[in-house]
Amino acid sequence: MSRVLRGVRAFVMFWIDFIIGDDWTVAATVAIALLGTWGLTHAGVVAWWLLPLAVLAVTAVSLRRAVGREVREDSQSQPSLR
Amino acid sequence: MLLAAFFATAIEVIEMVAIVVGVGVARSWRASLVGASAGLVVLAVLVAALGTAVRNVPLTPVRLIVGALLLVFGLQWLRKGVLRVAHDGWGVGHTAPDFDSADSGERGFDWTGFVLSFKGVSLEGLEVAVIVVAFGAAAAAVGSAVVGAAAAVIVLGAIGGLTYRLIARIPRRALQLFVGAMLTTFGTFWAGEGLGVAWPGGQLALLALGAVYVVAALGLLTVVRHWRSDAEQRTARPRSAAAPSPSRMHR
Repeated sequence: MSRVLRGVRAFVMFWIDFIIGDDWTVAATVAIALLGTWGLTHAGVVAWWLLPLAVLAVTAVSLRRAVGREVREDSQSQPSLR
Repeated sequence: MLLAAFFATAIEVIEMVAIVVGVGVARSWRASLVGASAGLVVLAVLVAALGTAVRNVPLTPVRLIVGALLLVFGLQWLRKGVLRVAHDGWGVGHTAPDFDSADSGERGFDWTGFVLSFKGVSLEGLEVAVIVVAFGAAAAAVGSAVVGAAAAVIVLGAIGGLTYRLIARIPRRALQLFVGAMLTTFGTFWAGEGLGVAWPGGQLALLALGAVYVVAALGLLTVVRHWRSDAEQRTARPRSAAAPSPSRMHR
């Protein structure tokens, strides 16, 4: 792979990691909440509450999933009883 | 005019300094300062090229893009901060290196820290420039407006520089949680502004949002600990059921 291609790949991967991170559902929820806020605002509805509410909800859901994943990984890494 | 420009730009400068200091302490000072310098250079070029026409730069899409990016990145830090503090407590990461050093950019130049500071400084700097031009043009005193804004940058920058030692005493995981909450706050506010949202209380909504996110994060610490102990009990039960009992082993 040429140096330019490697640079482009590293650049793209950096932004994917920056935006999506380890849970793509968070970025997707934020995108949907932004679209919803835009839609409501342009329809003349007061929509300042939507984005913070979506942020709090997706944080809790994502943490719940992350805890389950961590505990599963911890239990698998423990030596099995013989 | 001088005082008016000082106070009008002070809030934007506080936001700028908070991001640069927060990213510097939590990730990398080098990346944060290089990012801030690059943001100032881009801003200086823009202002030099456009002059008073900088007023016509559309801030709305810039706020939306920068806000959305800060929001998704701030949320990643907030979640990681809550998970780690819930797992290991507040004290870890104070002197010993954190287990996830990839987050702090210890593997070379920290481009994430660079981008965060660059975006914060270029967006807030652009807003300062617009305020200066608007105030200066309205009162036909651009010179005084520039001096007032420059004084705000110097005074608040110096305060940020003096307080960083205090901030650096906070353990890294706690810092990750609070800086994550701060970036999420700015991200929510700017993205909302970019979408045309009228925040109740204007800029004061920043304080309310920050308080809500910090309180929610502290509440989630307890909830996450509860979820973890529940999940550990659930995974331990099938393991102990599958393991041979001592009485059966004697048979």
